[in-house]
Amino acid sequence: MANTEPERVLLAHGGGGQLTNRLIRERILPSLKNDSLSELGDSACLDLESGSICFTTDSYVVKPLFFNGGDIGKLAVCGTVNDLAVAGSRPLVLTLALIIEAGLEFGVLEKILHSIGETARLNGVSIVTGDTKTVERGSADGIFINTAGIGVRLPGVHVGLDKIAVGDKILVNGTLGDHGMTIISQREGIGFESQLQSDCAGLAGLTCALFETVSGIRFMRDATRGGLAAVLNEMVENAAFGVEICEKDVPIKPAVQAAADMLGFDVLNIANEGKFVVVVSAEGADECLRICRDHALGRDAAVIGEVVDAQGVPLVELQTKMGGKRIVQMPYGRELPRIC
Amino acid sequence: MLDRIAKAQRVIEEACQAMGREITIMEVCGTHTVSIFRHGVRSILPDRLKLLSGPGCPVCVTDQGYIDAVLELTRRDDCIIATYGDMIRVPGKAGSLETCPSQAEIKVVLSSEDALQLARDNADKTVVFIAVGFETTTPATAVAVKEAAEEGVENFCVLSGHKLVLPAMRALLGGMNDRIDAFLCPGHVSVIIGAGAFQEIVDDYSRPCVVAGFEPLQIIESIAEICRQLSAGKPELKSLYGAVVTDKGNVAAQQIIEQCFDPVDGYWRGLGKIPGSTLQLKEAYRQFDAFERFGLSDEPGEDKSGCRCGEVLCGLIEPKQCALFGSQCTPEKPVGPCMVSSEGTCAAWYKYGRRN
Amino acid sequence: MCLAIPARIVELEADRAVVDAMGNRFKAKTTLLPEVKMGDVVLVHAGFAISLVDEEEAKETWELFAEIDKFEKTQNKVSG
Repeated sequence: MANTEPERVLLAHGGGGQLTNRLIRERILPSLKNDSLSELGDSACLDLESGSICFTTDSYVVKPLFFNGGDIGKLAVCGTVNDLAVAGSRPLVLTLALIIEAGLEFGVLEKILHSIGETARLNGVSIVTGDTKTVERGSADGIFINTAGIGVRLPGVHVGLDKIAVGDKILVNGTLGDHGMTIISQREGIGFESQLQSDCAGLAGLTCALFETVSGIRFMRDATRGGLAAVLNEMVENAAFGVEICEKDVPIKPAVQAAADMLGFDVLNIANEGKFVVVVSAEGADECLRICRDHALGRDAAVIGEVVDAQGVPLVELQTKMGGKRIVQMPYGRELPRIC
Repeated sequence: MLDRIAKAQRVIEEACQAMGREITIMEVCGTHTVSIFRHGVRSILPDRLKLLSGPGCPVCVTDQGYIDAVLELTRRDDCIIATYGDMIRVPGKAGSLETCPSQAEIKVVLSSEDALQLARDNADKTVVFIAVGFETTTPATAVAVKEAAEEGVENFCVLSGHKLVLPAMRALLGGMNDRIDAFLCPGHVSVIIGAGAFQEIVDDYSRPCVVAGFEPLQIIESIAEICRQLSAGKPELKSLYGAVVTDKGNVAAQQIIEQCFDPVDGYWRGLGKIPGSTLQLKEAYRQFDAFERFGLSDEPGEDKSGCRCGEVLCGLIEPKQCALFGSQCTPEKPVGPCMVSSEGTCAAWYKYGRRN
Repeated sequence: MCLAIPARIVELEADRAVVDAMGNRFKAKTTLLPEVKMGDVVLVHAGFAISLVDEEEAKETWELFAEIDKFEKTQNKVSG
């Protein structure tokens, strides 16, 4: 019987019976091959070197599912890897929980799974355990993904907000706003055609190199939702120090700036998926910059500012291109396009 | 750029010395408010020069009654509310578009054209376009109304909150705040109405009027020009945005506004009634008027107690002089529109200036 | 108000245009500028072209213009 209608996920695929088994064996396992996962146990049992671990969890609900430079699958792996990486660990294993909307085409699901498998391989991590559920049509945007990740802590690395001191330098590993503006450019209703690409990438290779080579790294955070502005404001909350950055030193692609200008967005508030902020001692800043620039994911790295005395009110201040000063506030949490 | 800025700073400094008193310049464009803050312009001006933000943010001056009318519409499941992003967080009596439990679909659009397309694509619903903005934005609404009329798109209508800048400027100088020495005139409104439209302010009130662009250099050079004129005692109209502003403006845009709208008396938040300051759809296009179609009231609402947005909008007080600023009224929980709109004076102060 | 940025017309049919702002292509209506042509730089606000931009004058006074010029010569280099 000729049937041109694409095959789709049914609610029954989440029921834990035959259909679930077939889904896992026929469609999920092939992309994520590894010994641990193939056992299909309730938990993965892992032999780790003794020491301490970093442990994280994340959920991914991005729309559209596929965008220039990535997709929800790649995002899920890189996002989890990056959370582990900036905490000073070498990412090792991930869990993968899928919540699939009934009606999602299998072709789409397989593309995403393939992307997850590829990205995991590229980043040296394994998906060791997972779960699959389905929900009724209309209850999810195609697919939601949740992950948890474990990384092995790098020896001798102690980073944290409490390590930051006046005089420290602040760096980013490249251009800001690429991911968020790319997503917006492909969003229904306010989309526009562009060459913008998400910067979605796993940063562990670069962060491990930094941690292992540069002494004096105080703090690192990936600049995802809320952008650079959120990270810097989180840093100064309840702190005894403030932050000063220089507008002319913040790397932003002209196309990203123009797109943000057209819609009335502030690039400092826009999400990134392949960028981190690192606070390093003044002595370590040059080496930090050199290592970043030598790496494919840090070519446009720059020192953007420094940690200063709070003078009673811990703030993030920006020196503008014209030599003026203004404050960078914590973003509201939703950038709305404006005409006024 | 930096040497031109330094030069402008020198001119400003000299003029301030020569004048020997405080100079008050008002801008009446929300985008100027934001630009001035974003680039830290005030931080490089002498203390004696006060740069006031006036009623230039169309969202801020939109009366509470209008917002409440919009929220009324959210109770209808046969409507799609198409709005610019600016309006999503503005609070009315019962919350905002963002927080209210809406039966109507709310869609953020970038253009009146998008709103009209929504109407074409959703024949079973009525699309109400929340039309706010000054003369820069009004022609876009007019074009959409005309197209709707020509094509017979009956399920499209417009809730007009469009306002005119000059009547507000006159109301300010005519009594609300006559301490204003000069105006930094809105660059993009001028694109539509022409720089020449501000000549009447110079003639009738002897105030310098300089049309400025939105980049920090353009703004500071315009301020320098104003200071020069004040110091010389010769108020003039000057445009420093010749790249896009002409004396006559965009005649096609003016005509299309004329074809679709009549100026009527209207309520401005905090400023009260200003004659001939608001635009209403003409008789010929009344079937696209959402106020009429849904029997909505355009009576002014009451401002929340303690809210001093009106005085802020007139430039009579600075945000920090309002008791609610930074405490009960913050960007997370705004009381009045000056705090909600990204262009609102209070939001800009809070966001970019030092907190209390 | 009002947010408006300059962009070059790269497609034009009747009063429907596509404008390019540093490689981003947006739709814009040219109903308010009946005399525009392909290649003109216009100021775009709320999806409408509202004015022609005098490029010579703009280069003098508008820093953004220097950037546009630079961009059109060297695609997508990092700024700042």
